[in-house]
Amino acid sequence: MEITARALWTLIHGLGFGALYLLACSGMLVELYRFAITSSSSESTPGQERFLKIYLLTMVVLAWAAVLTGAYVVYPWYRAAPPPGTTDLSMFPQRLLMSSPTTIAWHSLGMEWKEHVAWLAPISITMVAFVFIKYGRDLKNHRQLRAAVLSFAVASFVAAGIAGFCGAMIKLTSTRRFRGVTRFN
Amino acid sequence: MNMPNRAASPNAPALTNGSGAAAILAAGIGCFALAVLACAGDKLAAVKNSLIFYKPTGPLSGVTTGAILIWLVSWVILEWRWRNRTVDAGRIAAIALALLGLSLLLTFPPVVDLF
Repeated sequence: MEITARALWTLIHGLGFGALYLLACSGMLVELYRFAITSSSSESTPGQERFLKIYLLTMVVLAWAAVLTGAYVVYPWYRAAPPPGTTDLSMFPQRLLMSSPTTIAWHSLGMEWKEHVAWLAPISITMVAFVFIKYGRDLKNHRQLRAAVLSFAVASFVAAGIAGFCGAMIKLTSTRRFRGVTRFN
Repeated sequence: MNMPNRAASPNAPALTNGSGAAAILAAGIGCFALAVLACAGDKLAAVKNSLIFYKPTGPLSGVTTGAILIWLVSWVILEWRWRNRTVDAGRIAAIALALLGLSLLLTFPPVVDLF
């Protein structure tokens, strides 16, 4: 059993940072909603507030790590141009996808969408974490700020979800195309 | 958009909303800047070439670096101006969410193809 550097970085980017971020999103949304909306009779303790702040900071790190490894480690491999005369496109996923009308949309739609929309996630979650850390419990007294923070948190989840879905499908499609499978069973 | 600070009262928020509003609007500006730069890079060859900051990553490097700079600079300026003020947070949040919605639309390739 062996794993190439490319496969390892793709795993770190997609499963290590991206999927972990998506998993953390559901917990973040529930906790933010509960923290910001619940009445004073069921107020969170300082320990819970501190935990949520650390949780959000971890999500900020995961989001930035996911987009930075994606853009500067994995993406250059994806878009690399093959030398003239190359017939084996297995190491050139973009060209492999573009070489067939059945898979070209995974580049022109999937990757084009993913490479940009993904960046909305770290920008949004950084703002969410900053506002929550700055205001903490006082966020309950700022209705408009609270609504905006929750909306950006949802947008961050949606953006990461789109990027994750497109990334997984591009990987799956290029692997299947390389193996000569043109239809899903 | 600025309003005078409220006098402290037992029911008043402990912090003014200016700092939070600055962060929210800056995030909206940053997201929108990313979408506009991506759109411009896709449509104009000269812009596309000028956005190649790191060759292996191509124009994406310039799109994201530019958007991050615009986001951070706008955040610093807005924070500096609003940090101790109470601002019209409803209006600012609406503008930020509109920018976020436009960003989500403009990063979707079929929408970009309409231009």
